[in-house]
Amino acid sequence: MKNLLDNSLRVHQAALNTQAYRQQLLASNIANADTPHYKARDIDFRSALQGVLDGRSGALALATTARGHMSGVQSNPLERFVKYRQELQSAVDGNTVNMDVERAAFAENSIHYEASVTFINGLLSGMQRAISGQ
Amino acid sequence: MSMLNVFNIAGSALNAQSVRLNTTASNLANADSVVAEDGQPYRAKQVVFAARPVVGGSKDAVGVQVTQVVESAAPMRLVYEPNNPAANADGYVEMPNVNVVEEMVNMISASRSYQNNVEVMNTARTLLQRTLQIGAQ
Repeated sequence: MKNLLDNSLRVHQAALNTQAYRQQLLASNIANADTPHYKARDIDFRSALQGVLDGRSGALALATTARGHMSGVQSNPLERFVKYRQELQSAVDGNTVNMDVERAAFAENSIHYEASVTFINGLLSGMQRAISGQ
Repeated sequence: MSMLNVFNIAGSALNAQSVRLNTTASNLANADSVVAEDGQPYRAKQVVFAARPVVGGSKDAVGVQVTQVVESAAPMRLVYEPNNPAANADGYVEMPNVNVVEEMVNMISASRSYQNNVEVMNTARTLLQRTLQIGAQ
């Protein structure tokens, strides 16, 4: 039986994972702001979280019959939700990082991450109070 | 873990930007070096950045790497100084092809990018600390 704590933590855990993954993508975008031909990437948080909660993140099984074939196994289940960012202003060197957009997204994502941590802490302390009978 | 990768990504960017800043500093310092180590006038150097997955991270953790340092192909600056011992038969001295304005712009851009990545690192550190404190009363 899945207990109450598991169930209530599940969505926050998935959210935290997704936010940490998104933070990594945004950090990559910011790091590569001056790299020619780099294309900025991001995930749509809502669809990614929904996908993870629905369990739509399982790796695809592909038959590999030759050495050059790709395994089809993703290193991270969230990988399939990664999309390229729509270009706002084209750069001559093919870079699509818009620093304002990236910084805003990074700040926003950080707040969301902190919010998730706060939710988890709140749940845990609530449980603790219930256990100790206060 | 994704959050720890952020340090590797931002760290690689800090490294790349500081190499770029170093190169800019050499170019600016040698803007008037008529004779470099090889006896020729100094040639401006530029770094080439490439996006590379960070060591130990997944392929989504894309950091920056300086793949090479190239010498500028711009023509040398010719200055008419017939009395200079380095002058050629026509009285012109070959000066380095450093474009000072370009270098200043490079310097500002590199330092801004550096600052951005430091901020990314600071934020990641705060978030990781919060994560480690989950459940602590």
